[in-house]
Amino acid sequence: MTHRLTHRRWFTPWLLAGPAVVWLAVFNLWPAVNTVILSFTNAKPLGGGHFTGLDNYERALSDEQLIDALVNSIVYLLVCLPLLTLLPLLLALLVEKKLPGITFFRTAFYTPVVASAVVVALIWGWVLDDRGLVNGVLGQLGLADQPVSFLTDRWLLLFSAIGLTVWKGLGYYMVIYLSALGNVARELHEAAAVDGASAVRRFWHVTLPGVRPAMMLISVLISVSALRVFSELYVLSNGTGGPGGRDMSVVMLIQMYSRGFTGHIGYASALSLLLFMITVGPMLLLARLNRKAA
Amino acid sequence: MPARGFGTPTPAGKAARYLLLALVLLLTIGPFLWQLSTSLKGPGEDVYSRTPDFLPAAPTFANYTQVADTIPVWTYAVNSLTVAGIAVVGNGVGATLAGFALSRLRFRGVRLVLGLFLATLVLPGEVTIVSQYVTVRSMGLTDTLLGVALPGAIAMLNVLLMYTAFQAVPPELDAAALVDGAGVWQRLVHVALPNVRGMLSVVVIFTFIGAWDDFLWPLIVLNDPQRYTLTVGLQYLNGTFAANPRLIAAGTMIAFLPIVAVFAALQRFFFKGVEEGALKG
Repeated sequence: MTHRLTHRRWFTPWLLAGPAVVWLAVFNLWPAVNTVILSFTNAKPLGGGHFTGLDNYERALSDEQLIDALVNSIVYLLVCLPLLTLLPLLLALLVEKKLPGITFFRTAFYTPVVASAVVVALIWGWVLDDRGLVNGVLGQLGLADQPVSFLTDRWLLLFSAIGLTVWKGLGYYMVIYLSALGNVARELHEAAAVDGASAVRRFWHVTLPGVRPAMMLISVLISVSALRVFSELYVLSNGTGGPGGRDMSVVMLIQMYSRGFTGHIGYASALSLLLFMITVGPMLLLARLNRKAA
Repeated sequence: MPARGFGTPTPAGKAARYLLLALVLLLTIGPFLWQLSTSLKGPGEDVYSRTPDFLPAAPTFANYTQVADTIPVWTYAVNSLTVAGIAVVGNGVGATLAGFALSRLRFRGVRLVLGLFLATLVLPGEVTIVSQYVTVRSMGLTDTLLGVALPGAIAMLNVLLMYTAFQAVPPELDAAALVDGAGVWQRLVHVALPNVRGMLSVVVIFTFIGAWDDFLWPLIVLNDPQRYTLTVGLQYLNGTFAANPRLIAAGTMIAFLPIVAVFAALQRFFFKGVEEGALKG
């Protein structure tokens, strides 16, 4: 097919792609450039601002709240990564077989994914409340004399949010594994079974190598989303960021500085660039994996 | 498929499997049911009881009317629906047209444009959210639903998804239509579109869910409590009138049940795609 054959008027493609290209420029490329520009200014949420050089970056270096946020991000990542790489795979193996009613179970396991993080966090906030379900049961079983302060302790709050992220992510990664398992040749399993390989050996030598590409992709996705966490921590701490604001994530800091009279768009932009730098590593890995798969 | 010995579980194995399934079901659905139950409990019932009752003693919808007296929850629902509606139409139309043009029409600059679309994927939305706010502010759209909906009205990922779907349509179909003298519009509507319906439905479903569930962006754009979307409104309810868990439970159910209904109604499109390996890892 030559150029001329696909359409008569030269501008037809631009007419069709036009809106998307405008969105690309106005809402994707420009904000990326503008984030860099703003990070060198003292712009405020209500407008104004002028060039202030590296002030925002110097401020970031001595921001204790930012250090807390980065520590939280690392803990988040280290806990989420193994749990969300492994548990959804086991879940996918559980729902893989076409048993009666399996569609119902698959849909049900996916439900936490389609619910808003706000809804999920409000539900868990109530379940983990000092007078909530978990503390009620713990007290009933005599496992805790006093309510466990899941939502008001600096570390327990962080781990509650992590638990919530893991719980909400199970179904999402399960579906990716399910898709990958569909591509693992059934014949391989059968051959291994005929050779007398146990279920554990088959899992180790047939299933795992078969889903390895999906597993790589998933661990990158988990890393990036762990670094981007916001809603879980925000809602569980009721917007406060926990005791002393120590349970903030980098995105929570960005949100905090993006509004109000005390906001600081310039500083929030510098934090945004920092966030980009810590997420770009896993992202580049993802791009590389995609290129390999293509 | 012929009957095979392998993979046919023993009755005991089958029972164990269902037991496990039921256990996971309890873990995933249990909290939602607990919340639903709380939302139906009347003021006379002790929701803080140390021996929790899983079923409301006298189920009542009073909390749902009361939450509407506390915050304009139905206005919030309409606001969320408006934002999601703009997102669905914008992405459904915008991403389809662009995906088609990039995939099926030959023109100068197509590679550059595709490369730029692809490059945006390494940019998490949170990174540009502050300058996005500055852009929306310069358009005079802060504190409006249009300001919430506009930046996501054509998502770059969706353009690429539609592009990929159009790429999978056999070129012979197009060629045949060209020989018959079909114009661009006819080829799009009659040849290409029927072949990408699966991907289009995935794009539409996830755009709707994404817009309905979004929290951070509307939280930044909106100030006036009258204009909140449901997620922002719920956090406002939680933060400002925290006393009554029954009300918050009713509010979360108002945000949760529609999305579950949408997903339950459309899940077969989604899982069909999964089984065909459409979401290759």
